[in-house]
Amino acid sequence: MRTEIRFSGFGGQGIILAAVIVGRAAVMYDAKYAVQTQVYGPEARGGASMSAVIIDDEPVLFPKVTSPDVYVIMSQEGFEKYGVSAGERAVMLVDSSLVQSRPGCRCIEIPATKVAREALGRDIVANIIMIGALVAATGVVSREAIEKAILDSVPKGTEELNLKAMRKGFELAGQVKCE
Amino acid sequence: MSRIDFMQGNTACAEGALAAGCRFFGGYPITPSTEIAEHMAAKLPKVGGVFIQMEDEIAGIASVIGASWTGARAMTATSGPGFSLMMENIGFAVMTETPCVVVNIQRGGPSTGQPTMAAQGDMLQCRFGSHGDYSIIALSPASVQEMYDLTAEAFNLADRFRIPVFVMADEIIGHMRERLMIPDSVHRGERKLLGKGNLPYQADDDLVPGFPVFGKGYGVHVTGLTHDERGYPCATSPSVHECLVKRLVDKVESARDSIASCDIVNPDARVVFISYGAPSRAVEQVLHDIHNDNVGHLRLKLVWPFAESLLSRFSNAETFIVPELNMGQMAREIKRHTNRRVIPVPKLGGALHDPFDLAALVEELL
Repeated sequence: MRTEIRFSGFGGQGIILAAVIVGRAAVMYDAKYAVQTQVYGPEARGGASMSAVIIDDEPVLFPKVTSPDVYVIMSQEGFEKYGVSAGERAVMLVDSSLVQSRPGCRCIEIPATKVAREALGRDIVANIIMIGALVAATGVVSREAIEKAILDSVPKGTEELNLKAMRKGFELAGQVKCE
Repeated sequence: MSRIDFMQGNTACAEGALAAGCRFFGGYPITPSTEIAEHMAAKLPKVGGVFIQMEDEIAGIASVIGASWTGARAMTATSGPGFSLMMENIGFAVMTETPCVVVNIQRGGPSTGQPTMAAQGDMLQCRFGSHGDYSIIALSPASVQEMYDLTAEAFNLADRFRIPVFVMADEIIGHMRERLMIPDSVHRGERKLLGKGNLPYQADDDLVPGFPVFGKGYGVHVTGLTHDERGYPCATSPSVHECLVKRLVDKVESARDSIASCDIVNPDARVVFISYGAPSRAVEQVLHDIHNDNVGHLRLKLVWPFAESLLSRFSNAETFIVPELNMGQMAREIKRHTNRRVIPVPKLGGALHDPFDLAALVEELL
């Protein structure tokens, strides 16, 4: 089954890396297929950033996201630019510490940046918290796969911090999961 | 053991080149091709190769030509504006029969156009962009896997025909990441060397002369002027010029059926898509979704020289639909070779064709 995930936030949050990690988990550790793309523009750090990943059991043919099944939104501008058009049947994970708006579809509020700062001491891992929450809420890749893909992708010396962030994401999604 | 990776198209291109034995990269970075240069800059020194960032693309392709004459497999990578700058020296590579690989990650043109958006607007430029008559080979990858595979194959074709071979990708394929199977090794053809007693531009039956590698005892004049079999300039003899230029064209064109590379789906179809590069992915989605034997697909991996014999493989075809990220460059070529209906589906601006639009077009025709 084809699952389309769109990530948006501001440049510097690791929006592109988040999509790469999820795609890598699917391809390298879950034996699935994935295509990762991004809006590749001259945006400065701080501007709205968007990336996407499509995951499928079969090879992904059309590589662009057309109607995302899942959104991961980490900034208000990101919501306005890339999240506001979400269909009714989509699921949206929002970083509730930074996004004020809420979509018409099912919404999962994850205070990722707040938790990253207060519990882990580093804003920078908010994207990994969101990835953890995404995997916990949707099961789009396995927990083992996402863990390995995170370890592949983060700088040496930050492995433990990032794994903690991922676990926080799992916990937070567990708390809000209501269906 | 082959291994699976999750890789960006541009990185896969560089990895394919390294696997094929490329040991020289000369060029100038330009969006959206820069990751190729970056990756080669990081990797080439580790395998005994050389990376040079030149002052511009004119010098970039010049350095590649020089490196090739030392016997090295050599490449450059660029996009539209850099490709335009390279045109004069690409003609020099053609005339001097210098094997080299030029990757163009196409973006929107003319001029600086859309640096970050995909296009296929340089398909005629790669074929005809330098002055005079000649022929070249152009490949068009439609996946990260083909960025690897076709780049590696480009070096074999360049050596075999002693020509510049173009890898005509685009921003979408260059920047997306997907599954890549990296083989243990790739097939590496050998560059045919100049035989003992042969003159340096004396061609064999395949119309390709053996290559006299610099530093191996050959004294060869490498010139863009019309030259005779000795390599001596001979720019006023009509017969020498005619003979040379015809051979430069024929050595590629006479092989076009044997080197043709494509995927064919539903050869009995009435409506047939012809595509290359990124739009192929939209076409593949359409065929998957509508699942109708009356809709076929010819996906060209090797675009130039265009093998018109491929069209006759679709004996029931009434219509060819040609979606391209340009205003119909290859559709024009296809029209030249068939009396069946050809419908170009041009697309400008950087987005891919929407599979729904293509499916709607097919529904109308069936």
